[in-house]
Amino acid sequence: MARVTAGVGCSHVPAIGAAMDTGITQEPYWKPIFEGFKKSREWMKDQKPDVIFLVYNDHCTAFDASCIPTFALGCAAEFKPADEGWGPRPVPVVKNHQKLASHIAQSLILDEFDLTIMNEMEVDHGLTVPLSVMYGDVGQDEDWPALVIPLCVNVVQYPPPTGNRCYNLGKAVRRAIDTFDEDLNVMIFGTGGMSHQLQYKRAGLINKEWDTKFLDLMTKDPVAASQITHLEYLRETGSEGIEMVMWLIMRGALDEDVTEIYRHYHVPASNTAVGHIILENKV
Amino acid sequence: MADKEYDDIPGTFVFDADRSREGYNLNQFCISLRLQVNRDAFNADENAYLDAYPMTAEQREAVVKRDWNLLLELGGNIYYTAKFAANEGINFQNLAGKMTGMGVEAYREMMLNGGRPIDGNRTKSEWKED
Ligand SMILES: [Fe+2]
Repeated sequence: MARVTAGVGCSHVPAIGAAMDTGITQEPYWKPIFEGFKKSREWMKDQKPDVIFLVYNDHCTAFDASCIPTFALGCAAEFKPADEGWGPRPVPVVKNHQKLASHIAQSLILDEFDLTIMNEMEVDHGLTVPLSVMYGDVGQDEDWPALVIPLCVNVVQYPPPTGNRCYNLGKAVRRAIDTFDEDLNVMIFGTGGMSHQLQYKRAGLINKEWDTKFLDLMTKDPVAASQITHLEYLRETGSEGIEMVMWLIMRGALDEDVTEIYRHYHVPASNTAVGHIILENKV
Repeated sequence: MADKEYDDIPGTFVFDADRSREGYNLNQFCISLRLQVNRDAFNADENAYLDAYPMTAEQREAVVKRDWNLLLELGGNIYYTAKFAANEGINFQNLAGKMTGMGVEAYREMMLNGGRPIDGNRTKSEWKED
């Protein structure tokens, strides 16, 4: 049977991808950010996931303002890196585990999560940057070491789904994966955040204390994290910090009791606090 | 319209359904610049290109003037306006330098020093704004 072994929380700042793509990761500004992913890359090599269920948001790339699905599951065979306005990232095309994706789609809808199903989709930095930081440089002509099932969450137009809804969706994703009849090591990534505001006069807001508390809750008290209100995210973590609801989908798919393997936090990457956590299910 | 609970956060537009409605054509223009073929067309003849997007006169003027804050005030969303900014050679961080009125250098310096602190930046009353 397929089994969920671990979850990864991770920021997906576009400038981090750009730093890798332009080979400046050893510059003093970027070095501490990438040092913090060294251990994670080794861990990925040890764990060798077959499939990554990757929760992220599209940043007005695949979806324009004409269609804004709250939850959209990628069911296509593959997903090309998109041109977001500065040319596509030079990273591999993302390949899906299509059978598992369609099993999850069916299972979630019967579990009363009314998904949008995407049979054509390009993916933006929200999806490719977490793969890059966790795997390191992978050439455009190579393959990502794992198959990837993308789940897009609307966090651009207010309101995003509540933290509670996301947490429960994570539980439903887990139920779906647990009933898939193929021996697969599945990891789940929740991406975005941490505190940041990209817009208007309060841009640059960072709340390290709040972020640290959130990371603590991810490990020890996900139910409390699931009850954080939208107003609290907006006020305390910046208008774009609300992306962190996506981490709750990841957390919901894990056991209640997890082992925190690793954590990394750094300010700044461009406008953003970079946060990262690795949680393993106990066997 | 009833007050919204997030209206007292200073220096922030929450891109809700009302803003999305007001900014629709403006945002659709911005996202069109995601693609090189459209960037080329816009850069070749800005006026003709803008005619295809039925935005308000005010929104169109904000586009022409590259008034990044006014674009947000008129229903633009940062992920959309950032695609317009990218066409002007402005990345997210430098765009923030402009929107905050701090300038690129001072903004970058603030971020290197840990960012804008949360204390004093939670409510409009702390900013003496209403
Ligand atoms: Fe994001």
